[in-house]
Amino acid sequence: MARIEDLPPAFAEHLINLPCAEMGETPCVAGPPLARRRVAIVSTAGLGRKSEGGFNPGDADYRVIPANLPAGDLTMSHISVNYDRTGFQEDINIAFPIDRLRELAAAGEIGSVADYHYSFMGATDPTEMKAAVESLIGPLKADDVDAVVLIPV
Amino acid sequence: MSAIGHYLEAAGLPTVSISLIRLHTEKMRPPRALWVPYELGRPLGVPNDPTFQVRVLKAALALLEHTDGPILLDHAEDAPARAAGDAGDGWVCPVSFPAPAGAETPAAALKREIASLKPWQALAEERRGRTTVGQSGLSIDAVADYVAAFAADEATRPPLEGVTEAEAFKRLTDDLQAFYQEAATAQPGHGGRHVDVLDWFWGQTQAGQLLLACRERARDSGDTRLKFIAERLLVPQLARARLDL
Repeated sequence: MARIEDLPPAFAEHLINLPCAEMGETPCVAGPPLARRRVAIVSTAGLGRKSEGGFNPGDADYRVIPANLPAGDLTMSHISVNYDRTGFQEDINIAFPIDRLRELAAAGEIGSVADYHYSFMGATDPTEMKAAVESLIGPLKADDVDAVVLIPV
Repeated sequence: MSAIGHYLEAAGLPTVSISLIRLHTEKMRPPRALWVPYELGRPLGVPNDPTFQVRVLKAALALLEHTDGPILLDHAEDAPARAAGDAGDGWVCPVSFPAPAGAETPAAALKREIASLKPWQALAEERRGRTTVGQSGLSIDAVADYVAAFAADEATRPPLEGVTEAEAFKRLTDDLQAFYQEAATAQPGHGGRHVDVLDWFWGQTQAGQLLLACRERARDSGDTRLKFIAERLLVPQLARARLDL
């Protein structure tokens, strides 16, 4: 379904023509074996805590999601209507697989789950998020994160 | 998503991206990415299927062991066909809306429709232990009052303080859609296909018709942000294409 050829022509054309910044190549950083890594999620689904304000068009900032946030307090305020929301309504793990990470940690397949996770709102030009992403590096490292799973919506 | 991968990896943090639009990932070349063949909104594939989701997540995490990027791997496992509608015959909402008592305003018809769906939305909330309705902070009846009033007169002001009219319009109309989506997917026989909910909402409900009327009304508004949201961020492209809206 996310195959471009399966989408309505007008939407497919929009996606094909969407400017993508030339970013070259960034060398991959090595890390310890997966079973010793501490994993954080960074989402672009416009997720956040219900107690905070939602995302608005053009927002390039992020929201903090504590790992122990009850599922009922997690909200999705991505501005786009061009994707399915019923999956997230049924199960937050469809876009924010926090329970799956916990299970992998319990099974010893990853080392641990970070205390804090983060979400941007993907309708904003990602190059405009650069400063906000870089401001996350300190908190991620302070949380001893050495693996980040980036999840779009 | 790919850009975030570049920025974090450059700062020494190993990353792996899930990719939904392969073309964008091909162009932006993040250090590691797993392309998945799932519909937009479902990067882990299937809701309420932990076994399926964990296979996707493990395939992504396994790429972290590689340092010979950029790597873009295709995840081979398609989402399984869901029960109802996949034969191509669609899903029919089993809740039949009661017939109007007589001449009825669009606002009254919307309220009646919402009343008949409330037990199902409540059931969804109870089963899931959460709801995505409520971004506006208003009751669904107050949301309905605003939508019906705006559909008749674009000068109607949203009953929200502290946000722009455009932002309020977005939150209120998102709430209305979320209420119907949650009510629909809680009903027996629903097979989990989001296009069925889309076709039903935009093609068969009073709520969908009133939101289309709101889109028309917003074209007469002097508020350019409101016009933008009503034109671009209200009716999904998929619904426009399927129902010629």
